[in-house]
Amino acid sequence: MLQEVAQKETGDLVINVGPQHPSTHGVLHLVITLNGETIKKVEPHLGYIHRSIEKMCESLSYRQFIYSTSRMDYLSAHINNHACALAVEKGLQIEIPERAQVIRVLMDELTRLASHQLWWGALAMDVGAITPFFHAFREREVLNDIMEETCGARLTMNYMVPGGVMFDLHPNFQSRVKDFITLFKSKLPEYDELVTGNVIFQNRMKQVGFISAEDAVSYGCTGPTLRGSGVSCDIRKHHPYELYDKLQFTEPLETGGDCWARYLVRMEEMRQSLHIVEQLIDNIPEGEFQAKTKAVLKLPKGEFYSRVETARGELGVYIVSEGGLTPYRIKFRSPGFSNLSALDHMARGQKIGDLVAIMGTLDLVIPDIDR
Amino acid sequence: MFITKYLSEVFGGLRSLLTGMRRTGYYFTHHKNIITQQYPNEKPVLAERFRGEVVMLHDDNNEHACTGCTACELACPNATIKIVTKFDLTPEGKKKKAIDKFVYHLELCTMCNLCVEACPTGAITMAPNFEHSVLNRNELTKVLNKPGSKIREGVE
Repeated sequence: MLQEVAQKETGDLVINVGPQHPSTHGVLHLVITLNGETIKKVEPHLGYIHRSIEKMCESLSYRQFIYSTSRMDYLSAHINNHACALAVEKGLQIEIPERAQVIRVLMDELTRLASHQLWWGALAMDVGAITPFFHAFREREVLNDIMEETCGARLTMNYMVPGGVMFDLHPNFQSRVKDFITLFKSKLPEYDELVTGNVIFQNRMKQVGFISAEDAVSYGCTGPTLRGSGVSCDIRKHHPYELYDKLQFTEPLETGGDCWARYLVRMEEMRQSLHIVEQLIDNIPEGEFQAKTKAVLKLPKGEFYSRVETARGELGVYIVSEGGLTPYRIKFRSPGFSNLSALDHMARGQKIGDLVAIMGTLDLVIPDIDR
Repeated sequence: MFITKYLSEVFGGLRSLLTGMRRTGYYFTHHKNIITQQYPNEKPVLAERFRGEVVMLHDDNNEHACTGCTACELACPNATIKIVTKFDLTPEGKKKKAIDKFVYHLELCTMCNLCVEACPTGAITMAPNFEHSVLNRNELTKVLNKPGSKIREGVE
C-alpha cells in the first residue's frame, strides 16, 4: 500500500530492508525511499527485539539487575556491567580496591578489542569479502577463551559486581594475555594487508556516508562515529573513571567524517587498547578483588548517573532511587540508538549499495538500540 | 590523461588484490595448526569455571551442605530456584528444618552465578556441562538433591 502510493505520486520506490536481513546485523527494519538507485530517505523501524530491560530492572535488586545489561550490547558486555556497577557504587559510596580496578580496566579493554575484531570481520563481510571474517574470529576466539577461563562465560560474563569483580583472576590469565598480545601484534599487519590496503575496499569507504562534526554532535553521535568527524569525545579522557587518568593512551581522531575515517579510528583504537593492556598486565597489584559490601544493597534516596566508553560510544546509566531495595527508575543512554539516528543523514544521496557500508561503520548492535 | 588514470587505478586495484591473495595463499600452504574442532567427535575442553548449569555437591556418603536457607532463591533474578522444605526429627526428638526438594529450572536459568555467590555453605556450584538439549521441556526442571541424601553433620 505504502509502496503503491509513493510510486504513483513521485515515482519513488519504497523498499523494506529487514527485519530479517543479514546485513542489518540483527532485527533492524529499514524503510528506504529510493529514486533509481539513489537513497532519498532511510527510516529505521525499531521494536523487533524490545525486551523492556529498563522496566525489568525496576523489579530486580541492585545486585540482580546487572546481569540483564550484558544482553544489551552483548559485544561489550563487560563495559555495560561496569557502567551499572559504577552507578551503584556511586550511590553506596564505597571505595574499590586497586586490584579490582585494574582487573576491570583490563577486562574492558580486552572486550573492546574483541568487539572491534568482530566489527572488522563483519564490515569486510558486509562489503563483500568473506575471508577477513574468519581471520577476525580466529583471534577473537583466543580472547573468548581467556574470558571463559577467568569469568566463566564467553559472551555474557556478569563479572562486574558492585564492589569489584566476582572472582579473582585465573592463575593463567597473565601468561595467556601476554601470549595474545604477541599473537595479535603479529596479526594486525595482516589485517592491514588484507583489507586496509585494498583499493576496492578503500573505494567502497572513501567519500561515503559523510557527516560533518556539527551534524554528528547535533545527532548525539558518540564514540568512533563522532571521532571520525574530528570531535574529541572519549569518556576515558574527558571524564576518567577507574584508572584511566593514570594510563598512557591517545584518542585517535580523523577529520574525514566518512566511512573511511571511522574505519581508521577503530583500527587505531585496537592498537590503543592493546597498549593499555600492555601497561597493566605486568602491574596487577596484590590485594582484594572485591570490597566488602552488605548482603542486601540499599541505595540512598537520590539520582545517580555514571558514564563509560563502550566499544560503540558513550553509555550512560541513570538510576533514580527511592531508598528501597529496587531502583525506582533506570534509564540507559545507549550509544547505538543515537548513532543509528544519524544513518538517515549519512545515507541521503548515496547509492543503495553504500548503505551496507555505512551501517557497517556505524557498528550497530540492535539489542543495544532496542533494549 | 583519463586513460592513464583509469589504467593506474585498475592495476593498483589488482596489485592490492594480489597482496591480499598472497596472505590467503600463505594460509593455504601453511595449514599446520588447524583451529576448527570437529565437535561431536572431538569434545571441547571447557574451563573449570565455565558456567553451564547449577549442581549440588554431594560427598561419598550421599550428604550435601544445603540447609534450606533460601538465600539462592532470593538471589536469583529469574525465579529459577524453588526450595521445598520439610521438618526432620532429630534423635533428641526436636524438629529440624531440612530441604525436601531443591527444584532447579534450567530453562529459566541465565547462568549469572548469583546463587552460587549467595550460598553461605557452598552447597551449590556451577558445572561445565553444556549439552542440555532434551526432547521434552519438562526434563529441564531438575531436582538437584539426590534421592535419600541428607544434610552433612555440622553444617548449620
